[in-house]
Amino acid sequence: MNPADRIRVQTAAFDVGAEHTRIAALDQGIGAIASFTGLMRNRNEGDAVTAMTLEHYPGMTESALVEIVTAARTRWALQAVTVVHRVGRLVPGDPIVLVLTAAAHRGEAFAACEFIMDYLKTRAPFWKKEETPAGSRWVEARTSDDDAAARWVSPERAAGDAAGTRSGGGTD
Amino acid sequence: MPTLLYFARLRETFGVEREVLPLPSPATVEGLLATLRGRGGVWAKELAPGRAFRVAVDQHVAGLDTPLAGNEEVAIFPPVTGG
Repeated sequence: MNPADRIRVQTAAFDVGAEHTRIAALDQGIGAIASFTGLMRNRNEGDAVTAMTLEHYPGMTESALVEIVTAARTRWALQAVTVVHRVGRLVPGDPIVLVLTAAAHRGEAFAACEFIMDYLKTRAPFWKKEETPAGSRWVEARTSDDDAAARWVSPERAAGDAAGTRSGGGTD
Repeated sequence: MPTLLYFARLRETFGVEREVLPLPSPATVEGLLATLRGRGGVWAKELAPGRAFRVAVDQHVAGLDTPLAGNEEVAIFPPVTGG
């Protein structure tokens, strides 16, 4: 992993401003920082959601995030990347995930930030369980997230990746 | 013998978080899944061909033909929903 990068999985909240300040101070060649913060919503699938618990696969989660950031770095010239993802119990309004990408120009920063989020949504082993007035339920994966991630690969590579990421019998 | 880990909805459905499973050698992910389906019930249902689940071997996403030589960590989990 590049020493300028920061990848963390934690229960604690994160400070977007502090993370932004840290990355901006790393390198005076940085001309653009793109930032994405994912927040917990109070509704999903038409139902009120009062809380959510995020589970992950310790070890694989961190290595999956490193692989995703490494893949972004092979595509775009990036000075630094920060990915912070929370686990544990969260309530509406809580920040879930932060991605910061720093580059010389905005094009690389925007593209890399979106790429990292699209891949994180489909490849990093996190699972959400929602609490609703009717009880708790596991969030189902969305095909729109697979479609978003597939935009970043050529048709030939997309077919290969899809075969490689499936259990074989699995479809979704 | 591989150590099996289950996550999220599958962990709850199977009622087990971790187990060590003797397998005939050489084995593959496909053979492991066949053994688990042989338990019937929720195992046969959730791991049936066509169901959405993922398998990782030693923390890397695996396919049906991924070999299992001995003491791997094999994780079975639903499609991911982070972010």
